[in-house]
Amino acid sequence: MKILFKLCTAALVSVAIAGTAQAQDKRIALVVKALGIGFFEAAAKGGEEAAAEIGGVEVIYTGPTDTTAEGQIEVINSLIAQKVDAIAVSANDQDALVPTLKKAMQRGIKVISWDSGVAPDGRMLHLNPSSNALIGNMIIKLAADHLPDGGDVAVLSASATATNQNIWIEEMGKVQDQYKGINVVATVYGDDLADKSYREAEGLMKTHADLKAIIAPSTVAIVAASQAVSDAGKTGEINVTGLGLPSEMAGHIESGASKSFAIWNPIDLGYSAVMLANSLIDGAEAGPGAELDMGRMGTLTLDDNSEGAMSDPFVYDESNIDDFKDIF
Amino acid sequence: MDNTGDGITGSASGKEAGSTLARIPDHLAPWWKRALLNWESMLLLVAATIFMINSFASPYFLDPWNLSDATFNFTEKAMIAFAMALLIISGEIDLSVASIIALVSTAMGFAAQLGVGIPGLVFVAMCVGLLCGAFNGFLVTIMGLPSIVVTIGTMSLFRGISYIVLGDQAYTEYPADLSYFGQGYVWWVISFELVLFLVTALIFGILLHKTRFGRTVTMIGNNPTGALYSGIRVKRVKFILFLLTGVMSAVAAICLTSRLGSTRPSIAFGWELEIVTIVVLGGVNILGGSGTIPGVVIAAFVLGMVTFGFGLLNVPGIMMSIFVGLLLILVIALPRIWARLASG
Repeated sequence: MKILFKLCTAALVSVAIAGTAQAQDKRIALVVKALGIGFFEAAAKGGEEAAAEIGGVEVIYTGPTDTTAEGQIEVINSLIAQKVDAIAVSANDQDALVPTLKKAMQRGIKVISWDSGVAPDGRMLHLNPSSNALIGNMIIKLAADHLPDGGDVAVLSASATATNQNIWIEEMGKVQDQYKGINVVATVYGDDLADKSYREAEGLMKTHADLKAIIAPSTVAIVAASQAVSDAGKTGEINVTGLGLPSEMAGHIESGASKSFAIWNPIDLGYSAVMLANSLIDGAEAGPGAELDMGRMGTLTLDDNSEGAMSDPFVYDESNIDDFKDIF
Repeated sequence: MDNTGDGITGSASGKEAGSTLARIPDHLAPWWKRALLNWESMLLLVAATIFMINSFASPYFLDPWNLSDATFNFTEKAMIAFAMALLIISGEIDLSVASIIALVSTAMGFAAQLGVGIPGLVFVAMCVGLLCGAFNGFLVTIMGLPSIVVTIGTMSLFRGISYIVLGDQAYTEYPADLSYFGQGYVWWVISFELVLFLVTALIFGILLHKTRFGRTVTMIGNNPTGALYSGIRVKRVKFILFLLTGVMSAVAAICLTSRLGSTRPSIAFGWELEIVTIVVLGGVNILGGSGTIPGVVIAAFVLGMVTFGFGLLNVPGIMMSIFVGLLLILVIALPRIWARLASG
């Protein structure tokens, strides 16, 4: 009983302390797909940055242990119970969270989704890290930036049925004419498997003698292609670019197999999510056509689905890779 | 090969009999001592403690609506746990329950797309649940395969079918009224799921503790060979238990599908372990032969309250997993340590 008594007193004291600190703070919950993922830890860092900038905001960084919708629902239920002011969620399932998030909104909690969206019924707005058009443009721009005289480039994608990649490649096709002298000679598929992507990259190098760049809009393919290029001794001759993770690409940036690549910046994403949630708490209205403040990231303009794109994908090269390689 | 599937139970109980002399007491301990020292009382104490700590630790805990929300963390799992308890008491196990949920939910989604109404959806769910249970039961009782192996196989099989049907898609078009099962309230904060949970607890409690069938289940778990030679149709009882588990998985699937309003093949992923955890924490002997439904009910509340309490304090989920893991080891180890101390 003595131990129990001590436990209870300790709990009481900690609640008292926490209670006073929380008294007038706005509480914004940043709910992620699962805890322990570098990308989301970095987003939390961005969230904290936004909170510090606004002042009087407490960010609750939370999420389930596994990337399941059921786990997220449990977490969101406990946030509703705590009567937080806003919930910003990166969803494991765009439909399954809707009933729970609706309940949150009925109880006066502002709900937004970011990174991975929730169906329109379950949130007030969705923050995309970027837009398909911006990504499509960025991947070809990255290749063109290092080819002032133009040249042949090839695309190494995920699978032929991968929705995201196909849209990005399509968007890339739309802006291709703006990059003079860049010829896209082939599009091949590595199915997001490291070994298959590697073989496809080897194949590209063999069939296209004048190949100057490989665009890989997949985090698996970009690593495999970089490896294939350095193994073939063509570092400096063929530049690998596309979408990749700094932690996996650091070595290839260092070796020069890849001069630069892009991906959304999770810090900016977490920062913007908290900024947007705060705007809503302060009375801003979300809806088609609305413009909301995102602090240093500018303003977010919502489309007909109440979705908005944060910015161009963030470019990583030798100047900043060291700052990000340990993050995600 | 009548004792297949009971190999674990048989050998373990045999070992115990060999190593320690069974002592038959000439009188029972006084009733109050028995009432205080049994598993359920201990669990109840744990539950009360957790409830107290929670209400001290978070100002939001003692709110009727919040407590009501918290029950959703365990009601569906617990409903399967009742059937699982009977199965484990009989010396078998079913690890495919979460996958049955996935398959049932997928079948419901498919039927809903074809315009089937709510009674039809419930019927489809029950049929698929029964079929899954029958398939497991067939492999275990008629083919004579060990249940742990069979249900690890069907765990992949049932969910695999869902993946083939749905891929990365989801069924989201359910009749609006279906949401009552998982989101409706019978009275004030008392949800439909909570009522269903209590009713099934009562049914299974009566089934296990007050009927001849229940006695048979316990007897089979204790001594399958003995039961067989006493004229009990062991295989038939076990087959029925697999059917029951399939049906309860279907009931849980209806509630969960209704609560989520959608079906994805990953639905209820990993629940089988949480369900077995509830059963074992409830004092059911994992080797079969003993266990009670009240124990399972209290265990469900304990786990639900712990999850919710940790959630309110925003404790990372991994701490929760560690806590449950330790609790489980403790729960399994304690009686053995106790027995060793008592006999030594």
